[in-house]
Amino acid sequence: MNPDNTTAQGTPAEGELPASATRNACKLCSPLGAAMVFKGVRSCLPFLHGSQGCATYIRRYMISHFREPVDIASSSFSEEDAIFGGARNFEQGVENVISQYQPELIGVATTCLSETIGDNMLGMIKSYQDKHNSSGPPLVHVSTPAYTGTHSDGYYGAIDQLVRTFAKPMTAKIAGHVNILPAMMSCADLRHLRELCELYQLSPTILPDYSATLEGSSWGEYHRISPGGTSLEEIEEMGSATATIEIGHTRAYLKNTPADYLEKTSSVKRHALGWPLGIRHTDQFVTSLSQISGNRLPESLKDERGRLVDAYADAHKYVSGKTAAIFGEPDLVIAQAAFLSEIGIRPIICATGAKVKKWKQLLSSEIEGGVADVEALSGTDHAKISARIRELKPDLILGSSKGYPIARELSIPLLRIGFPIHDRFGGQRILQVGYRGTLAAFDRVVNALLENKQDTSETGYSYL
Amino acid sequence: MSDETAQNDFPMGDGPSAAETREKMLEVYPKKTQRKRGKQMLVNETPETPAAIGANSRTVPGIITQRGCSYAGCKGVVIGPIYDILHITHGPIGCGWYSWLSRRNMTKIRHPEETNYLQYSMSTDMQEDHIVFGGEKQLEQAIQEAYDEFKPKAISVYATCPVGLIGDDIHAVCRKMKEKLGINIFGFSCEGYKGVSQSAGHHIANNGVFKHMIGLDDTPVEAKYKLNVLGEYNIGGDAWEIDRILRLCGIHIIGTLSGGVSYDEICNCHNADLNVVMCHRSINYMAEMMEQKFGIPWFKVNFIGIEGTKKSLRKIAKYFGDKELIDRVEEVIAMEMVDVRPVIADVTTRTKGKKAALFVGGSRAHHYQDLFSDMGMKTIAAGYEFAHRDDYEGRDVLPSIKIDADSRNIEELDVKADPERFNLRKTQERKVALEESGFDFSDYEGMMRQMAKDTLVIDDISHHELEKLIELHKPDVIGSGIKDKYVIEKMGVPCKQLHSYDYGGPYAGFKGAINFFKEIDRMISSKVWKLTRAPWKDDSDSQSTAAKEPVAVS
Repeated sequence: MNPDNTTAQGTPAEGELPASATRNACKLCSPLGAAMVFKGVRSCLPFLHGSQGCATYIRRYMISHFREPVDIASSSFSEEDAIFGGARNFEQGVENVISQYQPELIGVATTCLSETIGDNMLGMIKSYQDKHNSSGPPLVHVSTPAYTGTHSDGYYGAIDQLVRTFAKPMTAKIAGHVNILPAMMSCADLRHLRELCELYQLSPTILPDYSATLEGSSWGEYHRISPGGTSLEEIEEMGSATATIEIGHTRAYLKNTPADYLEKTSSVKRHALGWPLGIRHTDQFVTSLSQISGNRLPESLKDERGRLVDAYADAHKYVSGKTAAIFGEPDLVIAQAAFLSEIGIRPIICATGAKVKKWKQLLSSEIEGGVADVEALSGTDHAKISARIRELKPDLILGSSKGYPIARELSIPLLRIGFPIHDRFGGQRILQVGYRGTLAAFDRVVNALLENKQDTSETGYSYL
Repeated sequence: MSDETAQNDFPMGDGPSAAETREKMLEVYPKKTQRKRGKQMLVNETPETPAAIGANSRTVPGIITQRGCSYAGCKGVVIGPIYDILHITHGPIGCGWYSWLSRRNMTKIRHPEETNYLQYSMSTDMQEDHIVFGGEKQLEQAIQEAYDEFKPKAISVYATCPVGLIGDDIHAVCRKMKEKLGINIFGFSCEGYKGVSQSAGHHIANNGVFKHMIGLDDTPVEAKYKLNVLGEYNIGGDAWEIDRILRLCGIHIIGTLSGGVSYDEICNCHNADLNVVMCHRSINYMAEMMEQKFGIPWFKVNFIGIEGTKKSLRKIAKYFGDKELIDRVEEVIAMEMVDVRPVIADVTTRTKGKKAALFVGGSRAHHYQDLFSDMGMKTIAAGYEFAHRDDYEGRDVLPSIKIDADSRNIEELDVKADPERFNLRKTQERKVALEESGFDFSDYEGMMRQMAKDTLVIDDISHHELEKLIELHKPDVIGSGIKDKYVIEKMGVPCKQLHSYDYGGPYAGFKGAINFFKEIDRMISSKVWKLTRAPWKDDSDSQSTAAKEPVAVS
C-alpha cells in the first residue's frame, strides 16, 4: 500500500491489513487491571514487582481517567537486579511501603521483567514473611505478564487471587449477605450495584469496590491510602454469603472462577450474570436479587423500569435501524451489544483487543436477530477497527477516547465509555448498570444521534 | 499567610525552618532509607557554593516515586516527538500503549501529503512464544509491514524490558532491514531497567540521534543567523512561541530537538552556527557531541519567564555580535513587553509574596522559578525528578561526579572532530573572542545557585515528603506532574502540571508568560476551596479559620 492510500490520521484506507505489528492497540497491559482491583480493597497498596516505569505509566493512565491520587509502589529494578533477581528489592520495597503507608494489605502484581527472568514470587513472599515472623500486613500475589492477556485478564486475575488467598471456607451463612464480583465498571456503577442490593435488604460484599478510592471527596486531612474499598475481613468472610453474583458475559461460561471457588468451598450459590445493562439483563439481575433476598421488586425499581420502557417507546423512532461500532474490554462490548440490539440498533462491529475464544458465539447469544451482519473482531487493534468502520460507516461509535481519530475523520459521533477516557470529563462516573443506568445510557445514545442529525442537516431545525 | 516582611526574613515563610522540615520528612523512614534520602534532601545553606546532592542515584524500592524508566525517557521524551519517523516499540503491549500520544508534544505536518506518525502506536505486541523463542522475526516482519504500508523516511525501534533479557539483537535486525529496504532504520536499547530513571533513556536517545541522524544532510541553509534549540519538546506549543519570537528577531531555527521537528530538519541541523540549550538534563550530551564533531558552540538559555527570555535573546544577539541584530532584539523585547506589562501589574496585586514549590523534570523545577519570580512569588522548595548533580549544583561539579554502575552501563560515544566539516563556519574564533570578553559557553549554573538561602532542595521527592511539606508550609501553588497532582489538590493546594501543562500552554516566551500568569492567578484566586466546607458544618470557633484557610478542616 502506498502512502497516498492513507488518511490524514495515518490509518490505512483500504487493502489487506498486515498482522505482525499491533497498530494502535485496543487493549492495555495486565498489571493495570490488577492495580485497579487492588485499589478497590480497603487500605491496600498495589505493588508492581519490576521496573519502576510500569508503575509510573499505569499510575499516569489511571490518574488521567479517575482524576484521583493513585499510589502504586514498585520494586524499581536496576540492571543488576534484572540479572541477579529482584528478591532484595522486593524485600526493601515491602519494608518501605509498610513504614510509609501502614497498609492492611499489599497487592503484588508482576511485570514483564520479573516474569521473564522467572522471579519466584510466592517464594519471595514466603521468605519475607518467615524473616519477619509473619508480622506486618498480608501480601497477595497475581501473575500479570503483559505478554499473556490484557488489562481485563489482570483485573479478573486479581479478584481470583484475592478470593482464593483470603476467603475462608465457611458453612454457616449470614442471611442477606451477598457477594458481587463486578466486571471492570465505573465508580458510579459500583455505587449503584450496592444501592440495588440494599433495596432488597441485602448486604453486599463488592470485590473490588473502588467507587470511593478512585472517586473520593475533597479531604479534610490527607490520607496516605484513599479511604473506601472492601475490607480484608469482608473478603475473608465471603464464604458466609448465601450467593455470589459474578458479572460478565465472558465469565459465565468459565469454570474455576472465584464464584465457582466459593460455591465449591463454602456452598455459596453462584449466579453467573451478564452486565446488568438493558432491560433484559437488569431484569435477570434483579431476579437474582429477589431470589437471594426473598424480597419482591421494590416499588421504586418498578417505577424506574416503567420509565425506561416508556423512554424506549418514545425514542424508538430515533434509534431504530441505526448501526453502531463498539470496542473495548470483552465484557463491556458484549454488554453494549446486548443493549443496543435491545433498543433496535445493530451493533455491526464488535471489537476487542483481547483474544477471546468463541467471540462471535458469545455475541450471538446476546444480539437479537442473529449475527450474520455483525463483524466480531477479537484480538484486534484500532487500525483494523478503523478500517472496518470506514468500510461499514456505522451511525455511532462506542468506546474509549482512543476512538476519537476515526470518529473525527468520518464525522461519526463517539460515545465515550470504558477505559480510558482522557479527553472528556467524568469518565469515572458514567452510569451503565440497572434500569437507571440504562436510561442514562439510552439518553446519551439518542442524543448523540439527534445531535449528529441536527448538525449535518441542511435546515438545522431546533425542533426535532 | 505571613506578611511580606516575615517572608523576606524567613525563606520558608512562617512555618518551620528548612532544616526542621527536612528532619520531619525523614523521621518516618527506616535507618537505611533515612541515610539514602537524607543525601537527596538539602537545605540550600550556601547557594553560591552549593552542597553536593545525592541526585541520579537509585530510587529506593517501595518509595512512591514519580520517576519513569529508560524507555520513557528515550521513546517517550526525546525521539517520540519526531513526527515523520515511524516509531516501533518492540515488546509486550503496555509500553507502546502508554507512550502513545501521552505527552502533549505538539506537532504539525509540513506538507498536506505527509502523515503524522505520532497518531500511531506500533508495537510488536510480544506474546509468550516470543519471550521463549525470541522476537527478532516478529520485529523484522513489523518493520517490513510498516515500510510496505507507509514508506517512511526512517523507522526507529525501541526495546522494552524483556527484549534485553531474552537477548533479541534489535540492532542487527535494524541493520539488516536498513540494507534491504534502503531507508534509515535504527534501534535503541532503552530497556526500562537501565539506569535509575528516564534520564538514562535521554542519554541513549542522544547517542542514537547523533549516530543515525545528525550530519546526514549537508544542504546549506541560507540564513544570516541560524541556530538549533536543543531540549525543547514543544509541550503545549512552547517551541512555536520561541520560534515566533526568534523569527521576529530575524533568527532562523534549523531544528528544535525534538519538539515539532521533522527528520530532515534533524539531519540538516549541523549547519547551524549555534546550539542553545533549554533542557540541559535531557540533551546536554547532544550539545557536547555536536561541538566536538562540528565545532558548534552551545550555551544554556531559558525562554521560561520574562526575565529569562530577555536574557536569552540578548545573549544570542551578543553571540552573533551584529549591531543590527542586537538592536532588533531590543525592539522585539520592547514591542512584546507592551502586552506583558499590564498583565504583570494586574496579577501581582494578588500573587505577590505567595509561596510556590516545584517538583518536576530535569529543568522545569529551575526554569519555572523565573516565572514565579516575575509574579513576585517565592519558591520555598524545589527539586527535580530525574536530574543529575550538575543540574542542581552547576556544570563545574562535572569532574567530581563519581560514575556509578548504573551510569557506566550507558554508552559514552567517542566523538572526534569531523575532518571536513568541523569549524566550517569559523565559529571557534568568534567563540574564543567572546569568552575573553567574559561570555559563558557550555555553561549551566544549576538550580541551587538561583534559589534563596535556606530554602529546601529535594531530589526525586516521595509522596510522603510532599505531604509533610504541605502540612508544614501550605504552599499557595505547587508545580508538579499528574502523578502527584491529585494528592496535592486533595490537601487543598492547587497543583499546576508542568510536564503536560494540564491542557494549557504555551508558557514559554512572552505570550506564554502571559498565559502562565493568568493561569496561576486563576488557581491561587479560585474560590472553589472555600466550598469544601458546608455552611451547616460551621461552628463559631472554626468559622474564622474557614474563611481564611482554603483547606477544609480535618
